[in-house]
Amino acid sequence: MIFAAILAGGIGSRMGGTETPKQFLTLGDKPIIIHTIEKFVINSKFDKIIVLSPKSFINHTKNLINEYFGENNNIIVLEGGDTRNDTLINSIDYIKDNFSIDDDSIIVTHDSVRPFVTHRIIEDNIKAAKEFGACDTVVPATDTIVESVDGKIIRDIPIRDNFYQGQTPQSFKINKLYELINNLSDSETNILTDACKIFVLKGEDVHLVKGEITNIKITYPYDLKLANTILKESNHD
Amino acid sequence: MINIVYRLKSPKFFEEAIEEIELNDVVVRPTYLSICQADQRYYQGSRPSDILSRKLPMALIHEAVGEVISDSKDIFKPGDNVVMIPNTPFDKDEFRANYSELSKFRGSGFDGFTSDLVSLKHDRLVKLPNNFNLQVSSFIELMTVAYQGIMKFLEFKKASCKVLGVWGDGNLGYITSLLLKEICPECEIIVFGKHIENLNLFSFVDNVYLIHDVPNDLRIDHAFECVGSAASQSAIEQIIDLINPQGTINLFGVSEYPIPINTRMVLEKGLTLQGNSRSEREDFEGVVDLLCNNPHLFNYLSKLITNVCEIKSIDDLKTSFDKDYISDFGKTILKWEI
Repeated sequence: MIFAAILAGGIGSRMGGTETPKQFLTLGDKPIIIHTIEKFVINSKFDKIIVLSPKSFINHTKNLINEYFGENNNIIVLEGGDTRNDTLINSIDYIKDNFSIDDDSIIVTHDSVRPFVTHRIIEDNIKAAKEFGACDTVVPATDTIVESVDGKIIRDIPIRDNFYQGQTPQSFKINKLYELINNLSDSETNILTDACKIFVLKGEDVHLVKGEITNIKITYPYDLKLANTILKESNHD
Repeated sequence: MINIVYRLKSPKFFEEAIEEIELNDVVVRPTYLSICQADQRYYQGSRPSDILSRKLPMALIHEAVGEVISDSKDIFKPGDNVVMIPNTPFDKDEFRANYSELSKFRGSGFDGFTSDLVSLKHDRLVKLPNNFNLQVSSFIELMTVAYQGIMKFLEFKKASCKVLGVWGDGNLGYITSLLLKEICPECEIIVFGKHIENLNLFSFVDNVYLIHDVPNDLRIDHAFECVGSAASQSAIEQIIDLINPQGTINLFGVSEYPIPINTRMVLEKGLTLQGNSRSEREDFEGVVDLLCNNPHLFNYLSKLITNVCEIKSIDDLKTSFDKDYISDFGKTILKWEI
């Protein structure tokens, strides 16, 4: 089976001046999260699309989905966790409790605030996760990466050609991911900021999928303004 | 839904743009596309500058096949291979839709097929059998242009019409003579061209001639002009010289400039000039049926493929257009992986 997990568990502390989590803000004429879900709804390869929402926004998320997609049994709304990792674990627990999955079943996890993901990127994720077990969507780093531990002095400037910026989706074989998560030590769990890191920490290969510079994450008010501007540019026929 | 479109912003310069597409039609992922001369004229900037500034930015390419991703009405199934029809009527009038002013054409009046996904009305798609070669199928649209011209010719073809002349040894000349041989097997097909290395590939026709080396007594009953550009002037001149009285000339070649025609001889011979451009749904269905019933045509048509370019970035798209531009003959196929 193939599952999508739209990670919308966060409250969006970096999006200033608003109480509403960023995924519910409007892009064009729809909430960002609806744009994102549409990318997965049209892809018939997904058996279920799980949308992880902050607890206080679960009803709102369900109402929005009902408004834009009608009665749709393929979309499930669940409560997210305190951290990104907890949110991911919630979706895996739900899948294991409700579906009989095999070792080839995969989960394509995606930020709810990346509505510009392309069909090609999603397809490449499905292929890579099936073939390699885990994959991450990346674009080559364009800015020089500077390492500093104290925030004052540069410790190192690594070779840029070896660096990529992580986007989403990140996709995995579910049983493998579940096994690795359960084998994490507390110290390993504490440093997790990224699901792919679970595989890296345990010495498992994570395949790279080519992302797009357009696959931006709407994190700051500026990003939303930019996203709305590029969406308004229409063809002048 | 949000969609990424790859548009020509100005000659030789593509850009990514974002638009919203409707989900209540059919959503198709392009798989193989094919570059046409018309696309090259935009890319090279050889269209008049007022036309370029009015039409760009615009996504190019009107020859393409794709895979159905979703269909709100369940007429098509996800995974169906389809050929996309670029001519798009926005209303109806008494004219054939490919000649109607109420239609727009992809890659000319609005965005062509270079995008992540394409949303089309159901009647703008024709399903392809699973065994079709998709690289060849990507230029079905070009075949439909030849096909609709041939169908028009069949409407007024007389029994005495035995010798058909095709001018032009490029892609359209090749396809037109190939389809003519299949549809009118009783006729003698003669191809007139300028490049002997191209003409050598026309092994399925009855005869080929270099345009400067035609026997004095040769006569034809009907002509198809597949030359285009400024060279169509000399082609039409030669056709008028060689065609029998009351013959018809089907014109296919596009020229940026007005072409002078010897109307005195058109009058004296009682000739008819028939213009042909673009195509409609029935032509696509006709070509798909023709290919289905005559699978050996794929073999001949695959000879036209001279470049297959994998497109994973805008740079790849640019490279493919540059590669196509320096190819003397044949089609450049884009494997769409961007």
